[in-house]
Amino acid sequence: MIRPDGSILPVFTVVAAIVLVWYVAAVMLNLSWVRDQAERAGQEPGFVELVSETLAQDRPRLPAPHQVAIEVWNTTVEKKITSKRSLVFHGWVTLSATLLGFAFGAGLGMLLAVAIVHDRATDLSVMPLVIASQTIPILALAPMIIVVLNAVGLSGLIPKAIISAYLSFFPVAVGMVSGFRSPAQHELDLMKTYNASRTQLFWKLRVPASMPFLFPSLKVAIAASLVGAIVGELPTGAVAGLGARLLAGSYYGQTIQIWSALLVAAAMAAALVTLVGGAERLTRRAMGARP
Amino acid sequence: MMLVITALLLWAAAWAFNRKIASLPGFDRVARLLSPLIFGITVLFVWELVVRGLGVPEVILPPVSSIATRFVNSAGTLWIDFVQTVIKGALSGYLIGCGAAVVTAIAVDRSPFLRRGLLPVGNFVAALPIVGMAPILVMWFGFDWQSKAAVVVVMVFFPMLVNTVQGLGEAQPMQRDLMRTYAAGYWQTLVKLRLPAAGPLIVNGLKICATLSLIGAIVAEFFGSPVRGMGFRISTEVGRLNLDMVWAEIAVAAVAGSVFYGIITFGGRTVNFWHPSQRRDLR
Repeated sequence: MIRPDGSILPVFTVVAAIVLVWYVAAVMLNLSWVRDQAERAGQEPGFVELVSETLAQDRPRLPAPHQVAIEVWNTTVEKKITSKRSLVFHGWVTLSATLLGFAFGAGLGMLLAVAIVHDRATDLSVMPLVIASQTIPILALAPMIIVVLNAVGLSGLIPKAIISAYLSFFPVAVGMVSGFRSPAQHELDLMKTYNASRTQLFWKLRVPASMPFLFPSLKVAIAASLVGAIVGELPTGAVAGLGARLLAGSYYGQTIQIWSALLVAAAMAAALVTLVGGAERLTRRAMGARP
Repeated sequence: MMLVITALLLWAAAWAFNRKIASLPGFDRVARLLSPLIFGITVLFVWELVVRGLGVPEVILPPVSSIATRFVNSAGTLWIDFVQTVIKGALSGYLIGCGAAVVTAIAVDRSPFLRRGLLPVGNFVAALPIVGMAPILVMWFGFDWQSKAAVVVVMVFFPMLVNTVQGLGEAQPMQRDLMRTYAAGYWQTLVKLRLPAAGPLIVNGLKICATLSLIGAIVAEFFGSPVRGMGFRISTEVGRLNLDMVWAEIAVAAVAGSVFYGIITFGGRTVNFWHPSQRRDLR
């Protein structure tokens, strides 16, 4: 996310502004509750007490950033990893489903793209449906997939990974079709004059040319894959995973728990996207791009 | 077993037929329309035949025909759910979120400093699992459609913002200079040059948000809703193993999503008629 073109200061400003807005919103949303409490106790709190009260509730409507940060710290570093209350444990449950689903989905997407590029019938008949299927709210399928696979006897990691795979499949397939088709006609002609076979054409021209398309689609795919894994955890009855933490938190009104699970999910998304970005940079360097 | 064999034969026949039309010269437009149609219909038939042939229980995968029957029989319920989720939840959130994002983008655009800061942050937030905000927003705005609209607003805001801010930068310096020589003010330049130039990216953002808004409205209902709505129906009927009803809801969602997307694509074509990607001879 850090770019050398001098956007660090603006980004920092924007992030600081968001944190500030968050604090102000936290004070405003929690104020009425604090006022009620004070009135019931027959007190007349001053401005400073009011504000400090709003930022230190157990179940605030909107927890302040530092409360969430403390909760994240307590549930990641202080708790044992094996503990059911450790966010590292829940995060790992979600992450493993995300990665498995991403690997499946990206692999299948690439295979379908290869088929589409090489076979006109597949292109004409499957591609429009692939694009149309992107307009369908696929996440609505999630609870059904979970329950059906449960009935078949599959539970735990695999059903979530299937939802993730389904979500990460489409961006990769669509991106890679554009990528494999990106070589210009004169480049294809050049390969023909070299008497290149279809296989050689694919590996020496189409694959390298598709790299600028591959990584942006992989970034979209891995973010979608994480969303899929989290939503996939909702209907299983809140056993383990970040989605389960969200659901349990919303059942019991534990807002700080919800926000800390959200924050960890956000950090995970950022880390995954950055990881793909790193792979992109390595690939570009290996392919001879100037930094 | 006969049904399964029929299914396989049907599949092979349809595929061979598709191959044939794909390779015929001069039938390009027909093939482009016909092939996906044949493929889709074949998938439905093979689904029906295989499910019946192998005796797959209804609780795992109902055959297409029973889904269709259920669709017709429960049209009333489906319509109520559709109004609750799509019209009230998704559409109102979509309009508010996208409208707010465009207005914010225009405001941000006046300061290059803010723009440089907001674009990376917006891109980052657009990649976050925002659906996770749903339980919080349900807590704030209650169980009815207002909370679903709020989830949709939060989900669509950043993708739309990023696209609009990028779009507003699309007008070339040369074109802006021309507007200056015409003595056009900021607002005239904005309305007559920069917003039209941003059209393709704005439509792109609207398309992305169309799908997101349906997902947001449906998933938000998993966290609590009144006794109607597509997400509510899906999660309760799954619990009662009425999978034909679930599939009927999914069919509604699919049709609603495609129609929504189609309207925006069509509207985008009308608005961006000038853009090279819309020229018929180049496609």
